Amino acid sequence: MNLGYILLIPLIPLVVFLLLGIFNQRIKPAISGYIGVFGLLVSTILSCYAAYQYFFVHGKVNGVYQTFVEKTVWMNFSDTLHIDMGIFIDPISVMMLVVVSTVSLMVHIYSRGYMKGDDGYTKFFAFLSLFSFSMYGLVLATNLFQIYIFWELVGVSSYLLIGYYYTKESAVAAAKKAFIVTRFADLGFLIGILIMGYYTGTYDFETLNDPEGNAILNWASTSFMGLSVLTWGLILIFIGGAGKSAMFPLHIWLPDAMEGPTPVSALIHAATMVVAGVFLVARLFPMYYFIEDGFALNIVAFVGAFSALFAAIIAITQTDIKRVLAFSTMSQLGYMMLALGVSGYDGHEGLGYMASMFHLFTHAMFKALLFLGAGSVIHAVHSNYLKDMGGLRKYMPITNITFLIAALAISGVPPFAGFFSKDEILVAVYEHNKLLYFVGVFVAGLTAFYMFRIYFGIFWGKETKYEHKPHESPISMTFPLLFLALMSILGGFIPFSDFVTADKAGFEAHLNYPLAAVAVVVGLIGIVLAWVFYKKESDLADRLANFFGPLYQWTSDKFYFDAIYLFITKKILFKRVAAPIAWFDRNIVDGTMNLIGNSTVKTSEKIKGMQSGKVQDYAFAFMAGVVILAIVFVYLWAE
Amino acid sequence: MERVIFYILAVIMIVFAIASVTSRKMLRSVIYLLFVLCGIAGVYFLIDYNFLAAIQLTVYAGGIIVLIIFSVLLVHQIEMKLEMAKTSKQILTGLACVIGLGVFLTTIYSHDFPVVENSLTTTTSAIGTKLLSYEAGGFILPFELVSVLLLAAMVGAIIIAKGGKLTDRNDQTI
Amino acid sequence: MIPGISIYELLTVTSILFFIGVYGFITRKNLISILISVELILNASVINFVVINKYMYPDMLQGVLFSIFIIAVAAAETALAVSIIINLYRQINSVEVKDIETMKY
Repeated sequence: MNLGYILLIPLIPLVVFLLLGIFNQRIKPAISGYIGVFGLLVSTILSCYAAYQYFFVHGKVNGVYQTFVEKTVWMNFSDTLHIDMGIFIDPISVMMLVVVSTVSLMVHIYSRGYMKGDDGYTKFFAFLSLFSFSMYGLVLATNLFQIYIFWELVGVSSYLLIGYYYTKESAVAAAKKAFIVTRFADLGFLIGILIMGYYTGTYDFETLNDPEGNAILNWASTSFMGLSVLTWGLILIFIGGAGKSAMFPLHIWLPDAMEGPTPVSALIHAATMVVAGVFLVARLFPMYYFIEDGFALNIVAFVGAFSALFAAIIAITQTDIKRVLAFSTMSQLGYMMLALGVSGYDGHEGLGYMASMFHLFTHAMFKALLFLGAGSVIHAVHSNYLKDMGGLRKYMPITNITFLIAALAISGVPPFAGFFSKDEILVAVYEHNKLLYFVGVFVAGLTAFYMFRIYFGIFWGKETKYEHKPHESPISMTFPLLFLALMSILGGFIPFSDFVTADKAGFEAHLNYPLAAVAVVVGLIGIVLAWVFYKKESDLADRLANFFGPLYQWTSDKFYFDAIYLFITKKILFKRVAAPIAWFDRNIVDGTMNLIGNSTVKTSEKIKGMQSGKVQDYAFAFMAGVVILAIVFVYLWAE
Repeated sequence: MERVIFYILAVIMIVFAIASVTSRKMLRSVIYLLFVLCGIAGVYFLIDYNFLAAIQLTVYAGGIIVLIIFSVLLVHQIEMKLEMAKTSKQILTGLACVIGLGVFLTTIYSHDFPVVENSLTTTTSAIGTKLLSYEAGGFILPFELVSVLLLAAMVGAIIIAKGGKLTDRNDQTI
Repeated sequence: MIPGISIYELLTVTSILFFIGVYGFITRKNLISILISVELILNASVINFVVINKYMYPDMLQGVLFSIFIIAVAAAETALAVSIIINLYRQINSVEVKDIETMKY
């Protein structure tokens, strides 16, 4: 398989980024928008072509998808340990290429309408291209270090885009928060990488993931605190992934990241970057599965399940529609992690893995659609808050329809995409652990409830008095909505299990009708409840909120996690640790240096009178010195 | 006889040297120096270096002293009293000089010089021959160098002494 | 050599002259006086050259020749010094040391 053109996929956005970044002010906004869209369009076409070539022409040999690697040594550590740069083609990376480029292209097109008239229009497209480049690099990485480099690049572009409205204080704070929290998680990732490199002698995914390879067969050779060091390494790497994918307890940055422009939220904080953590676990799946009988994988499953439940509960009470979607994203990411965590490796055992990737795919489509729809609504009413909306279905028919499709998809109503992927996940979980299954079903119900809560809140309910009459968004914004809606309808019919599986062999997946029925019924119950509460204006919801009282307040305040983090950082870290260190630095360390400097200045001030400029004084000093030296050498040191 | 003459010369030299560096009148100070130089010339006569004594008298007494007197006359009123250094500085310097002298003298007296008894007379022609000889031990090269140096010094002295005019002209061109 | 006079006496006299010159160089406040002191120092050393040549190596002439060179260099030096002094006097109307301490810190 010829890999040359795949290299172009990440490089084109990079070139676009450099072009727009360097000639920022010289390019007319309209043109820069076209440049950005065109670059991504080429990348998307190449990605689709690559997917076609891989899945249908060259990829399959004897029923197993092959891995194609092309790389070059980038940095040598020792004779055996080196960092490579290259591209790595296997089912999940190709699948991710398609997801990233599709969503990114849609967001580019959408941004042309959404960002129109903004001062930093060109800059915005430059950042979007930088992000696309980083994400492609991450997806195509051949080894842990390469993925780490692009991982950080993705973090940087996320930081830049969250803080895009840099004159807004909350946006700056949110950008810093996202960067610091993910950076903190990446520390774990880095340590994990170093552990891997040290104990296995390689960073290469191909070698690491080989079920017959050294790393997996000899996992028990070194242990630390009762676990294999490689398990520790995998747990640390998972911490990095949890940071990017906003898993509990590192989720706090994601809701705040909604300060960025809505297209950014759709691209980065819903469809692509946040799934990087899931992708990372999937990338190292054989290691997670085989080492220590999947100990690390169990952690992944439980963290995922807890995050899914936790986020879904919070999402119910939020009033900012983007925050609802953010917590929904976190919840769905928890689903993916859960599915990975319960997956096996061979054949039908690997249902969870396949379901996770499937859900990643469908979720990217319908969540991007939800965000873009929300963006369209925000664009029309100039507010993020549910209380400022209502009855918009009359004004924005296309947004209404597409949003409804997405909401149905995420609620798992057949025949929309979410139904299929969620069903696979629930089947996989059911086969593994009944408790987690119930959690999953409950979360499915909650998901349907909160999605339709905001759906009814936005498009039905009481009509608010609008200052400007809301109107449907321009074609550049509605086209992506329609396209993604199409994908959300059709995406579920893709026979994913043929393409993306843990052992790459593919298997026949069937719908499990009883389980599917349960999930659909629970989802419908959630929808009906939301309908009862929010379709017509009623005080039912308020009464219920009052009934639960403190519990409602807790949830609405996100279980005070931000407060806890603030307490830990401000009260304990800053006050008890950083402040004394700062004091020590300012007074003792700087003080010593200042003392040296000041005493030098003072001494020189005192003795500068000796430099009188009179030759005679110098002569006297010279002679006195000579006399003293003569006395010393002639009398005192004479033998 | 020579002994007595030497002591007289020595006393003259030391007394006038002290007078020269302590006198508060410029011109007198220069004349005292002249006496010291003449005393030194006398010492050269005593040790039979007649040529050297002649040089001492012509170059120093005749040339340098006249030069200094001219400069005194050019820049000073003759009767102007010179400023003296602070007493403390004088004492300090005097003390340092006495100590230094002590070091010198003790070193000199503790050293045994291999003196050769002789009463040779050096002729001027021997000095001339040696000075212009280019054989081993000849001084032709330093001699030429000194002549160049003297020329350079002469040119330099003229230029520097005329400096005021030069700067004037420079100012005009600017 | 001088009959009845040892080298020690001669060197004593030159040492005394030398230090008188040094004393003058350090204490005098006038450029011409300083020049005179320098002449004293130079002469003291010239005598030393001559005396040591005569008393210890009478058949050689190095000391004498060196003293001739020293006298020549001293003459050149004096000429330059005098011209500098005169120039200075023209510029700042003074030859006092305290007026030309521009090297001061």
